[in-house]
Amino acid sequence: MNIAIPVDETKTNVCASLGRAPYFMIINANTGEKTIIDNPAPAASGGAGIKAAQSVIDQNVKAILTPRCGMNAAEAFKAAGIALYQTVSESIDQSLAAFNKGDLVELQNIHPGFHGQGGK
Amino acid sequence: MKIAVLSGKGGTGKTLVAVNLAAVAKNSVYADCDVEEPNGYLFFQPTEVTTQQVTVSIPSIDYNLCSGCRKCVDFCRFNALAYIAQKPAFFADLCHSCGGCTLLCPNHAISEKQNAVGKVIIGNSQNVTTITGIMDTGRASGVSVIRQVLRCLNQKNKPGIIGIIDCPPGSACIVMESIREADYCVLVAEPTIFGLHNLQMVIELVQLFNKPFGVVLNKCTADANPSAEYCHEKNMTILASIPFDKKLGQLVSDGQIAVHCDPLWQKLFISLLDKINKEAGYEAATDNQR
Ligand code: SF4
Ligand code: SF4
Repeated sequence: MNIAIPVDETKTNVCASLGRAPYFMIINANTGEKTIIDNPAPAASGGAGIKAAQSVIDQNVKAILTPRCGMNAAEAFKAAGIALYQTVSESIDQSLAAFNKGDLVELQNIHPGFHGQGGK
Repeated sequence: MKIAVLSGKGGTGKTLVAVNLAAVAKNSVYADCDVEEPNGYLFFQPTEVTTQQVTVSIPSIDYNLCSGCRKCVDFCRFNALAYIAQKPAFFADLCHSCGGCTLLCPNHAISEKQNAVGKVIIGNSQNVTTITGIMDTGRASGVSVIRQVLRCLNQKNKPGIIGIIDCPPGSACIVMESIREADYCVLVAEPTIFGLHNLQMVIELVQLFNKPFGVVLNKCTADANPSAEYCHEKNMTILASIPFDKKLGQLVSDGQIAVHCDPLWQKLFISLLDKINKEAGYEAATDNQR
């Protein structure tokens, strides 16, 4: 299975935002292999959360470690059977270690979207 | 002629100005576009009300026909569709009702259905026709409700009628929608540094749309007024200065229309409307008899 973490420009720290993170780190839980993918969402004209979620879902991810998540994206992850875990540290390595030890709890920090741009 | 009344945030007295302008005009339409929290009708207490539902088209996916080809998901540039477990999942609050996904689905698995997003209530109150847009709670944006309010306003708009558009606070896209067809914009500002900051945001917006505008300074005291100083410095029209007044505040919180209660306010708003008419290049149409 794969694990995803939103990461910032330095590619070494957890990014505070999931939808607007510049990159995602995809970690293969079996081999420990790490790859960085671009988040296509920061340039999205609307629905950045869903666009970001889509790029993660397409990576065959089973768990996401993140400090917070938007409502729409959380709904998409739930439908895709992906679990969300709350990170407690900015460090990717510490977050992964905590996750592997079973120390991370399910994410509670789900916020309404910032879009307000819908054509409704 | 249509006058939009706007402000950078709530609580500046935007509705006070909009409601009282509509009340002093001989014949007016008050259109409340603050669809998240419309409150102008509380002052007007309109009668003979009629209600229109506002709906938008959204896709409805028949998963028995869907082959999971992903075309609709890749097409939707608003990201209202996501591809999850080999099927498209729909996120209604992101949908812009463009209809594209319905057209392009190769298996005709998508049809359109109507989704209620709010309502528009039309009524009368003496010389004022009131149009109130109300967005259903939980909707991401009230644009389609605002459009319906403005359509109703256009139907009632005749020469000699003053249309007052009470805009949502702020400078987001729903405000742009509200001022799009306005002939003149009235910007209501508070006399503080924050008030000035909010004013500047709204000025930027109306300038973007090339709208003629003037500023109404509200809650003015003897103290320094950064908003007023800014207007003087930039040579912007100050249409009126409304003093900070406890009695006026009381009238507002009692849901009273100030110009109906006190000749002082009547005079102020008549001259404000005259000034707007002059600025906008129209003849005065105020009701001086009252
Ligand atoms: S385009 Fe039609 S068939 Fe293809 S995924 Fe979308 S709904 Fe299914
Ligand atoms: S109608 Fe347009 S915006 Fe809505 S889901 Fe279909 S393609 Fe996306």
